[in-house]
Amino acid sequence: MALAQSPSSDDAGPRITGSLRLAARQFPRHRAAMLGLICLALLCLTAALATWIAPYDPVQIKLSAKLKPPSLEHWMGTDHFGRDVFSRLIYGGRTSLSVGLLVVGFAFVMGVPLGLASGYFGGRIDNLLMRLVDAFLTFPPLLLAVALVGLLGPDIQNVMLALGLVQAPVLARMVRGSTLAVREEVYVTAARALGAGPGRIVLSHLLRNVMSPIVVQLTIVFAAAVVSEASLSFLGFGTQPPQPSWGRDMSEARRFLGEAPWMFLAPTGAIMLCVLSINFMGDGLRDALDPRAWRTRRTVSQAES
Amino acid sequence: MPLLRVHNLRTRFATDLGAVRAVEGVSFDLEEGEVLGLVGESGSGKSVTALSIMRLVPEPPGKVTADAMTLAGTDLLRLSEAEAREIRGSRMAMIFQDPMRSLNPVLTIGRQMTEVLRRHQKLGGAAARRRAIELLETVGIPMAERRLRSYPHQFSGGMRQRVMIAMALSCNPRLLIADEATTALDVTIQAQIIDLVKRLTRERGTSVIWISHDLGVVAGLCDRVNVMYAGTIVESGPIRELFHRPSHGYTLALMGSAARVDGSDVRRLSPIEGVPPNLIDPIPLCPFLPRCRVSVAACRARPPVPRQFGAGHWASCFADLAP
Repeated sequence: MALAQSPSSDDAGPRITGSLRLAARQFPRHRAAMLGLICLALLCLTAALATWIAPYDPVQIKLSAKLKPPSLEHWMGTDHFGRDVFSRLIYGGRTSLSVGLLVVGFAFVMGVPLGLASGYFGGRIDNLLMRLVDAFLTFPPLLLAVALVGLLGPDIQNVMLALGLVQAPVLARMVRGSTLAVREEVYVTAARALGAGPGRIVLSHLLRNVMSPIVVQLTIVFAAAVVSEASLSFLGFGTQPPQPSWGRDMSEARRFLGEAPWMFLAPTGAIMLCVLSINFMGDGLRDALDPRAWRTRRTVSQAES
Repeated sequence: MPLLRVHNLRTRFATDLGAVRAVEGVSFDLEEGEVLGLVGESGSGKSVTALSIMRLVPEPPGKVTADAMTLAGTDLLRLSEAEAREIRGSRMAMIFQDPMRSLNPVLTIGRQMTEVLRRHQKLGGAAARRRAIELLETVGIPMAERRLRSYPHQFSGGMRQRVMIAMALSCNPRLLIADEATTALDVTIQAQIIDLVKRLTRERGTSVIWISHDLGVVAGLCDRVNVMYAGTIVESGPIRELFHRPSHGYTLALMGSAARVDGSDVRRLSPIEGVPPNLIDPIPLCPFLPRCRVSVAACRARPPVPRQFGAGHWASCFADLAP
């Protein structure tokens, strides 16, 4: 068989673009995902720069201006204490977004290694870990979070910890399931037949292949965290009044739904926007991580085969 | 001394119904540069034999024992898992049946190839990439440099098997095990892959164990054949000997069930009736007896012992099948 002539390259040495870098190049092609990313970035930015952006102090009470509809003065109206809804929205984003992101981070750091270990090693380790997960899953999630916060004391950090602890087992169970399926793939045996050790198998073969469902699950975890924080704050755990948080403000606004719907619509809209953005991003991320889903131009490789 | 010596290999798998004797007393030697065929139907223990040699049988539920199993003097059974990993891919390598599934779909070809080179040859990134390009060219993949950035799904089945061969041979192993490596490919591609393996292993003096249920493929490639049935080798011999003088009832039946395309044989194909035996219960007599068409009285009286039929040609069969 004739040896193929290597095409002389324009750059000095042969290069492989890393799989992750190729994935990163794919992501911007997903329009909805980019939109989600931009929205979320804007939300984060306004929350971070709240001190400069917010027109009013979010906890400043002004009873003379209570329940005012949106106007040039108060873009999104005022609440029952005459506080500026827009300012509370911007400050509330700090709480809600950090709860969402930290819970996602916590669930990932706890749940993914547990699930991978359980799925990869199987046997006794799997049994032990999954019974532990089962124990967590027997409680209604919100009740468990309430119990944990009750134990640790009502404080936003404890809320994050509790929500993370509630979400991690769900993720662990899901990762374990996917890992079990991928572990049996021929390419895992093939990699072992070429000398790959457990570390390599788990990180570059198993983890990369179970990433798609993980990403999707994490977007759900984020949404659940934002909403759960709202519930916990409503119940008196978590964010303490008068500190703003989307969930808290939403709960409070329910009482004024008839007279001041803007009070309700603003935080609800923010939560919706945020969760939607994350979901879109999740979609894009999932596709970017799976080369088979790439919408490539007709490449050289395809033309040949 | 042979490169690979396997003596009395037994591999069992624990199940709820009892131990499955997947491989039961397999012995053979493989010389440097020799190409050995391992033939038999599904469940005859070919793949398990290969996985046992590679130390890839999961234990538990598997259990691998042997009186001896050495590769170039290294006792394969005594290796720790870490030592076995060092040897896999560098001194012995294996390619699998389904090229569509033996490459990781989310990693580039380049990444998967350089992974092996970096691990065993301790090459740096750039050196590993150069070597990967050379290897792809050696196995006949055009525009190798660009193909490193491709993903498995952008390759056809034949191309993927070429990549697998390139990966398996990348660290110059002494032993290559090909488990039904061409079964999933169409016939023209199959011939190309066989030629490729033949050329590359001959150039490098690599010993090959070629597992197949296709006698035609084995005939074109191998120096010697072991015919396996129910976890044992029932006949072994040089390729010509064995084809001209099949001396076991099972080998004979296998040949009767293989299609010939040269028109020399216009009889109907004769499938082998019945099913292979349950491997949980011990098999006291010849395992092929219930399906055998040439059995004699002795078959029903005592277990067969290997009989010599020529130089290096033996079969565990009582029947006289001389043409």
